[in-house]
Amino acid sequence: MAVVTYRDALNQALREEMQRDPDVFLMGEEVGVYQGAYKVSRGLLDEFGPLRVVDTPITELGFAGVGVGAAMVGLRPVIEFMTWNFALLAIDQLVNSAAKMRYMSGGQVGVPAVFRGPGGAALQLAAQHSQAFESYYAHVPGLKVVMPATPADAKGLLKSAIRSDDPIVFIEGEMLYNTKGEIPEGEHVVPLGRADVKRSGGDVTIVCHSKTVSIALKAAEELADEGVEAEVVDLRTIRPLDAETVLSSVARTHRCVVAEEGWPFAGVGAQVVDTIQREIFDDLDAPVLRVTGADVPMPYNKHLERAAKVDSAKIVSAANQVLYRGRDA
Amino acid sequence: MSTKVVMEALSPTMEEGRLVEWKKQEGDAVSVGDVLAEVETDKAVMELVARAGGTLLKQVVQAGTTVPVSELVAVIGEPGEQVEAPAAPGGDGAPTPAKKPAPKAERKAEQGTQPTPDENRPTSMPPAPARGPAAEGNGQAALPQKPAPAPADRSGGRVRASPLARRMAAERGIDIAAVEGSGPEGRVVARDVEAARAPAAAAAPRAATVRASDGAPYEDVPLSQIRKTIARRLAQSIGPIPTFYLTTEVDMERAWDAREALLAAGGEKVSFNDIILKAVAMALRQHPECNAWWQDDHIRYWNEVHLSMAVAIEEGLITPVIRHTDLKSLREIAAEARDLAERARERKLAPEEYTGGTFSVSNLGMLDIHEFTAVINPPEAGILAVGRMAEQPVAHGGAVTIRRRMRLTMSCDHRVIDGATGARLLQTLKGMLENPLAMVY
Repeated sequence: MAVVTYRDALNQALREEMQRDPDVFLMGEEVGVYQGAYKVSRGLLDEFGPLRVVDTPITELGFAGVGVGAAMVGLRPVIEFMTWNFALLAIDQLVNSAAKMRYMSGGQVGVPAVFRGPGGAALQLAAQHSQAFESYYAHVPGLKVVMPATPADAKGLLKSAIRSDDPIVFIEGEMLYNTKGEIPEGEHVVPLGRADVKRSGGDVTIVCHSKTVSIALKAAEELADEGVEAEVVDLRTIRPLDAETVLSSVARTHRCVVAEEGWPFAGVGAQVVDTIQREIFDDLDAPVLRVTGADVPMPYNKHLERAAKVDSAKIVSAANQVLYRGRDA
Repeated sequence: MSTKVVMEALSPTMEEGRLVEWKKQEGDAVSVGDVLAEVETDKAVMELVARAGGTLLKQVVQAGTTVPVSELVAVIGEPGEQVEAPAAPGGDGAPTPAKKPAPKAERKAEQGTQPTPDENRPTSMPPAPARGPAAEGNGQAALPQKPAPAPADRSGGRVRASPLARRMAAERGIDIAAVEGSGPEGRVVARDVEAARAPAAAAAPRAATVRASDGAPYEDVPLSQIRKTIARRLAQSIGPIPTFYLTTEVDMERAWDAREALLAAGGEKVSFNDIILKAVAMALRQHPECNAWWQDDHIRYWNEVHLSMAVAIEEGLITPVIRHTDLKSLREIAAEARDLAERARERKLAPEEYTGGTFSVSNLGMLDIHEFTAVINPPEAGILAVGRMAEQPVAHGGAVTIRRRMRLTMSCDHRVIDGATGARLLQTLKGMLENPLAMVY
């Protein structure tokens, strides 16, 4: 298996899908000549030409709308937002057009478009550029929300997203682009709606997605040093949520911590906790705890930013609480 | 040094008491154990007893006043001692730090009145809060000892436990209330249930002389899935206690003859109700599946038979309990039933005399009721309603003859007793009444 970066894994997926299906095209700010703000589209303009790799003005609502229209007439657009912070300007096209078209046309017209770009906080980009919006989109019936944490999942899930006949919100991790991982040789597709157990353990389940997966794995290492075996469940797809994988894990471990980068109120974790307590109440030995970003606009100050973010110590602390261990018990 | 006397919780469920009459007046000498006053609780008229000696310095409340448990009612001290102005009951700065006994503590107290072996179990209670040293001193107390002074109530009467711990305890037949919780605020978590012993192992034989075969007075049986489903579905259908009724008619000629013979022999006067009580007790011994308590997450099958006997009193009814009914002679049952009924009507029963029954019998025959359905007295799973005995034309031996007949209707908690189960009990009971020798067979 080849070791590639998350960025190149996405690039492979785009290239392979554009080679496979001439209806697939990429559009967004700086995707062509500049080869992408994060170099995800490196080499694609040269290979596929300006009709299939389209640079746009700084007009998120406009080109998102073009993408929805293109999808409605049969193309398979991949719309890149430079970050999901900027996509707030385009949210009307996603929520009111892409998500509802199949429903409001009585099933006649679908929107097979992928809206993709990085989400979450990077480093010291301040409050307006450090936001995790997956819960916004996961809230909307008609949208699927996909968030790969590893290069292999990034490739496999983007290919599935492009082949999907429904609109996909595909949120990458700005801090993940440089991470490396093995990718299976040849055709590699990961189905949507399936969570993945990234580490097995019997004492506590840590549910996470995207960037929090690596943090949870680090926390699991720290817990293992203390003799606690944590199971790390990567949701991979936020909606549809793979409740079965989460529930079967928690039913075994009886304790659960749900981590996410975003704010706590009405976050993805709230939905996960709801599902757990509703379906397997009698298997719980402790309240399910959530570890989230702090409930504040992201501070610019380096120390405050670190304090506001999810880290492994916070996950370890929550795990100890649900395990009734030590000083946190 | 004066001693404050507070309204004590004289029954398991008492929250307030009406001070009926002062038995000691201000200035009277008082010794430990003297009756200070009569107090009417929710169940009976009880005695408030002095926990300290001296002189009754002050009656803080008038006779006829209703006083919440733990509120000041009197002060005992040395003659001539100055009594600090006591706050009015319920007023600010109530002079004793006593809290109301929490429901949790009440439940414990209630258990204590029942013939259960619970005291042998690991207690769920955290260590009792430190009491004043004098309070340990056999009633020569600076503070009157309160019954069950709620040791750090865990959660307003509810046992804190994780869902998993509850499920595990139910599956293993462990009383969750008896498990020491190690989680936050005493929450019982899975590891605590793991550590707890099953009650059967923990329960020491309390009355080995009573029943040699098996020391435990009862056996807790976890609910099987089918029992759970039956319980849930039936309760959904007709209410918290899904009750059904079984009626049979009994020929009482031979019981009549037997009683006539007993009366002719003299001694304790035996009523038909006494005979029925004895027969029910003996029948329950053959059908222990009807001698049980519904306990929400398990069923407690009693190995002992304690019959509750419904007695009408002026204010309503009360069910004094004849302990070990099955082991008592008809004469003993007759004497005890009469004594309990009389004292019930005078409201002189102690709480332990009207709690802890395993099955009930209610008789309205003397009021000319032909047959009726009685309401189950939870947690018991069954009650027998006895109608009047009357001469009826019946087909008997190929001819219509006049015979003494009586109808019995059993109300059954379907979560515990199924139709056929209850029917078999009634069949046995009918057989015993129609052939009284079967009771001692």
